[in-house]
Amino acid sequence: MKPFSYAHAEDPQEAAGRVARHPRAMFLAGGTTLVDLLRLEVEAPDTLVDINALPLGRIEPLPNGGVRIGALVRNSDLANDPTIRRRYPVLSEALLSGASPQLRNMATLGGNLMQRTRCSYFRDPGYACNKRQPGAGCAALAGYHRMHAVLGTSDRCIATHPSDMAVALAALDAVVRTVRPEGGGRAIALTDFHVGYGEDPARESVLTHGELIVAVELPAVPWFARSCYLKVRDRASFEFALAAAAVALDLEGAEGGSEGRIRAARVALGGVGTKPWRSAEAERALAGGPPSETAFRAAADAAMREARPRRDNAFKVELAKRTLVRALHTAARKSL
Amino acid sequence: MSGDDIKHGNEPGPELDEPEAAAAVKGGAADEMSRRGFLGLSFTALPVVGLASGAVRAAAAVRLPARPAPARLPAGDLTVILNVNGRERQLRIDPRTSLLDALREQLALPGTKKGCDHGQCGACTVLVDDRRVLSCLLLAAMVQGRRVTTVEGLARDGELHPLQAAFLEHDAFQCGYCTPGQIVSAVGLLHEGCPADAAGIGEQMSGNLCRCGAYPNIVAAIAAARKGKPG
Repeated sequence: MKPFSYAHAEDPQEAAGRVARHPRAMFLAGGTTLVDLLRLEVEAPDTLVDINALPLGRIEPLPNGGVRIGALVRNSDLANDPTIRRRYPVLSEALLSGASPQLRNMATLGGNLMQRTRCSYFRDPGYACNKRQPGAGCAALAGYHRMHAVLGTSDRCIATHPSDMAVALAALDAVVRTVRPEGGGRAIALTDFHVGYGEDPARESVLTHGELIVAVELPAVPWFARSCYLKVRDRASFEFALAAAAVALDLEGAEGGSEGRIRAARVALGGVGTKPWRSAEAERALAGGPPSETAFRAAADAAMREARPRRDNAFKVELAKRTLVRALHTAARKSL
Repeated sequence: MSGDDIKHGNEPGPELDEPEAAAAVKGGAADEMSRRGFLGLSFTALPVVGLASGAVRAAAAVRLPARPAPARLPAGDLTVILNVNGRERQLRIDPRTSLLDALREQLALPGTKKGCDHGQCGACTVLVDDRRVLSCLLLAAMVQGRRVTTVEGLARDGELHPLQAAFLEHDAFQCGYCTPGQIVSAVGLLHEGCPADAAGIGEQMSGNLCRCGAYPNIVAAIAAARKGKPG
């Protein structure tokens, strides 16, 4: 681990200013990604600003009926919150499918959005990685890339975005609230927040240096209660996704049966993309049609049409389709 | 945080009663010296015994390379006060010091184990404010003002914690290296609300790996402790 100086911040604006003043400074929240990467010397900040004392740990109702989640709410608290479980079950399920109980007790909402890829070539400074060192090349292209992405890739980077939570938030039309070092803040749609690794691998989000996530807001959409998360992985627990699907369905008539009609749908995929992968193609395919196997399969085909598999990960295309179809069936069977 | 003191960061903490702080550190150091001293002597004695035996002399030809001295972080420029197992300890640490290393190397509490040091095995599990967390992924500086409980802090008045008793009763280990992490994690699980079925317990204990594969007995021990009886 390279030496760094360490400081606490007590106010979001102060924290943003602290980081902004040092080009190599970073925020420290739960530590579950950052401390690991410090030890691997993949990250080498000269200054850490510990933000755990900031007053950003609450889940609150919004005047418009939505919910505001503070950036420091721990993953376990968010997953087990009664409001989240009832109104946004896909978010609770995604969180509980990720990491281990100990890590969920530590990891924060903001940190989860900012976590780095688990690509083993990124994590090992002995290999070339355009994300760690722009222009160095990508060892994963010719290496072992069974876990890697098939959507949003390029010949510069094929790393998979690792988050489950962010996939659920992408499906739920979440909005990220920030504070900027120069004052003021931004509201950024979750789907615009992450930048697919393929374009410019070193850049992973639209945040500027020193800009701090303070909250994520969820809209008041009653049918988001008919949502679910399905994650397929190599072992039963404590493993990253091979493929995952976050879905929500707005059904009319014959609720829960295949005679009804889908007014609207939300679909996002995990484990297959270089960012949390919202699929407008699948949503268009589903809207107006019946909640049937045929319709779900057509939506899955649409979601994966642009997939570019490589030698070791071609299985992910069919696996992601089947994962999505099964998640849609599960959501359609839910009663509100 | 005040002024531009970002180089060293922390404010001076509340003053400890000096004799008590000194005693806490000294007592801990003494415990460590006796344990480490004993182990050191044992290993030193082994080659002497071995020389008498031809078999052991032959084995010496394939002995493992000398282990490097444990990495020691430089003495730090950060003063922190940690509340560990109900006692306040003041430490001078390098900001890079993990909670795990502070516990093991500076506070003489080696019960918390270093397995992978990357948050993947759970051997380093401790409780912070009664919640189970991984001490290898926390900097010691991050837990100031919080209550840290290690496996050494579970027994009360010489009585084992019910989970410790249940692990003994159910033979819930082989080599024992993951056991402190398993036990502390299970204590955290009981606080959270432990499922009754084996599959549920398995899912909730998925952050603690056991290379010996003692899982069936670990799950049985936790199920028994959940019902309030060690056996």
